[in-house]
Amino acid sequence: MTDTVLPYAAHGDPHDLRGLQETALGHEGPAPKRIVTGYGFWIFLLSDIVMFSCFFASYAVLLRQTAGGPSGSQLFDLRSVAAETAFLLLSSFTCGLASIAADLRNARWYQAAMAVTCVLGLCFLALEGREFSDLVARGAGPSRSAFLSAFFTLVGCHGLHVSAGILWLLTMMAQVYAKGFRADICRRLLCFALFWHALDIIWVGIFSIVYLMGSGT
Amino acid sequence: MLGKLDWTAIPIDEPVPLIAGGVVLAIVLAVLIWAAVKGYYPYVWREWITSVDHKRIGVMYVLLAMVMLLRGGIDALMMRAQQLVAFHSDGYFPPQHYNQIFSAHGTIMIFFVGMPFVIGLMNFVVPLQLGVRDVAFPTLNSVGFWLTATGALLVNVSLVIGEFARTGWLAFPPLSELSYSPGVGVDYYTWSLEISGVGTLVAGINLVTTVLKLRTRGMTYLRMPMFCWTTLASNLLIIAAFPILTATLAMLILDRYLGFHFFTNEAGGNVMMFMNLIWAWGHPEVYILALPAFGIFSEVVSTFSCKALFGYRSMVLATMAICIISFMVWLHHFFTMGAGPDVNAIFGIASMIIAVPTGVKIYNWLFTMYGGRVRFAVPMMWAIGFMVTFIIGGLTGVLVAIPPADFLLHNSLFLVAHFHNVIIGAVLFGAFAGYTYWFPKAFGFRLHEGLGKLAFWFTLVGFYATFIPLYSAGVLGMTRRMQHYDVAEWRPWMIAAAIGVVVMTIGVIFQVLQLAVSIRHREELRDPTGDPWDGRSLEWSTSSPPPAFNFAVMPNVTGEDAYWATKAKARRQNLQVREPDYRDIEMPRNSPTGFVCAFFATVMGFALIWHIWWMVLLGLVGAFATFVVFAWRDHDEYVIPAAEVARIDRVNLAERRAAMNFAESAT
Repeated sequence: MTDTVLPYAAHGDPHDLRGLQETALGHEGPAPKRIVTGYGFWIFLLSDIVMFSCFFASYAVLLRQTAGGPSGSQLFDLRSVAAETAFLLLSSFTCGLASIAADLRNARWYQAAMAVTCVLGLCFLALEGREFSDLVARGAGPSRSAFLSAFFTLVGCHGLHVSAGILWLLTMMAQVYAKGFRADICRRLLCFALFWHALDIIWVGIFSIVYLMGSGT
Repeated sequence: MLGKLDWTAIPIDEPVPLIAGGVVLAIVLAVLIWAAVKGYYPYVWREWITSVDHKRIGVMYVLLAMVMLLRGGIDALMMRAQQLVAFHSDGYFPPQHYNQIFSAHGTIMIFFVGMPFVIGLMNFVVPLQLGVRDVAFPTLNSVGFWLTATGALLVNVSLVIGEFARTGWLAFPPLSELSYSPGVGVDYYTWSLEISGVGTLVAGINLVTTVLKLRTRGMTYLRMPMFCWTTLASNLLIIAAFPILTATLAMLILDRYLGFHFFTNEAGGNVMMFMNLIWAWGHPEVYILALPAFGIFSEVVSTFSCKALFGYRSMVLATMAICIISFMVWLHHFFTMGAGPDVNAIFGIASMIIAVPTGVKIYNWLFTMYGGRVRFAVPMMWAIGFMVTFIIGGLTGVLVAIPPADFLLHNSLFLVAHFHNVIIGAVLFGAFAGYTYWFPKAFGFRLHEGLGKLAFWFTLVGFYATFIPLYSAGVLGMTRRMQHYDVAEWRPWMIAAAIGVVVMTIGVIFQVLQLAVSIRHREELRDPTGDPWDGRSLEWSTSSPPPAFNFAVMPNVTGEDAYWATKAKARRQNLQVREPDYRDIEMPRNSPTGFVCAFFATVMGFALIWHIWWMVLLGLVGAFATFVVFAWRDHDEYVIPAAEVARIDRVNLAERRAAMNFAESAT
């Protein structure tokens, strides 16, 4: 990682960055906490992506198993999906702004950026909720066919992740409000930002594989 | 109010689980009352339940595994007894009960014996071998353990409240779907595995990060003890494989709870997708269990041969090769699916290829012993017993990896004998070797040698007497999971297997006896040196049991077999050990987060099984609140002052020096 060049490294973490310098002779000992936490969280994200890939795989297998029911091209409203995508990508941008504000120890901008992120996330969820309830109302609920089971599970799992992310986001706002930019809270912020951006990566997959390819069936 | 739960959930008409449950409940109550009378609660709460010390958590994992081993073992005894008498008769278990027993046996042995045993040993040993003070995420470590315990608890609750799955240990659909298994048995199965699976994933993340990011100074990758390498490989597999299990069971849950159609027979569901997904987890799982055992044998064989491990680098390579290839063989669990000759051939060949690195390991262990000064202590006996047993199990594995042969042997007792041959031979023997080997490190005294040898011989002989007959019965066409049978040719083999399992049980009794006797005679068995086996890696350089901070000063590693090199240097140069420069040490504070989380997870799991929705919500809110409270705390570390570190370490060094001087004057 490129932590060495970030301005907060010197005052944000009580440990120095000696773990970064691997010499030819050997290893310099345990990495600083910030690296360890971020690294562990990356591994968690990878495992989460493995889980999503199972749902992607099941969607691909069951795509044509509509059991006489509606297929993707009859159901998906790509304009609504485009709006969802816009909300989510924008929220990632504001989440990035929140990270920068946290690096600069600017609490006001941090809270503002996080609040916008939260609102954008909620808009995304609202659109998704509308889509789901629409489908159920048209008799295309998850128990209609294997294809719809896979669709609702994959997209719903992402939606659950966004919901959990919003809960986490609110706690992060509260933590910074109550405790300030403490080293451990900054580490959690790093993890939260990684999580939020990872949801975007997964959404890119959902957008192209579920909606775009699904519309072609 | 209570969902599907009412008085009919208590199996009053089935005496066996009721009596068993009653006895277990009585024992638990007796222990609780005894602890209350003795006033142990504050100690247990402070020092164990809330502990975030990797050593304590490791010990608790192993304890859980051993208790569950007794439960799974009793299931095995009942199955062998059933097949002993169920010739031309119904035996003494009705089918619905017998099916629960073999399902519970498999589930418990893999998830709540194998997994906690190896994770416990890794947790205890790896930070010590790497020369560090704790794992990367100590509190999460505690969460992981308690979630595993939650899963074990739920499986055992099914004994008296409701029923367990009747579907076999992997709950294949469509049998496990609601239309064929309407009871709560499969729900007990899925929820306990979902919860304990999260615990396992947390342990995996923790150990991978520990190995990759926390090694002490000078501990480069190619200086790590072999056990650390196999830990790394095994936990990488956990991270890559356990999410597949979580996702697959989630799909099954959705089918059962919300009428989805992933694996149903109607509306386009695909049963074979379950087979593919579950085995994409299931085959790496075999290596998640076996690789740490290989690591234990590497440590044991090298220590008790007084020789560095032969072919260290080839061992590393073999370990990582197994780690990768283990993801490419899953289809050999269902050659009979009908994927066609090409697909079957590819997976058959891949299954044979994975035997090559395993063979490399066997040769490395043999060459480590060759020319060494071999000491036949109990861990070494388990290691040698493993090598012989595992080769037989591995060869029968290669046999069933040939698709045409598999079409004949699929789902027969031959297969059952094969996987018991590798899992008992590698994982269980490895766990016992590791348990005996590191017990003195954990508690400061050795286990009784004579009883350990008796336990070994009875287990080994009992193992062969049980499972060689099962191979024969399988070749004669006996399928697995039979509640009764009418073929006279199978009968003698069932009698032989029943005798074998009795011999094995005697081995287990000796094991329990060994622990009890060793605790009683702990003063005679005490090891003041901290290095009872003349060990080679860093865990032996600290006292037994190690202090909370493991090492008074962080070791500086300059080569392989770090502690062996230190000892050799001290002996050669007759060095007087210089007092190190002690510093204050920061250690993580204990936290009840793990225990409280697991409490809410238990409530939630139980409520989900019985459809008690308000209680599900209660569990969710409780778990979230616990995390917020944990995040809110201000002090997550405490400081051990340098003077205290010095005081503890001087005692250790003095005892070690005295023991060394005594050893020298004796020679």
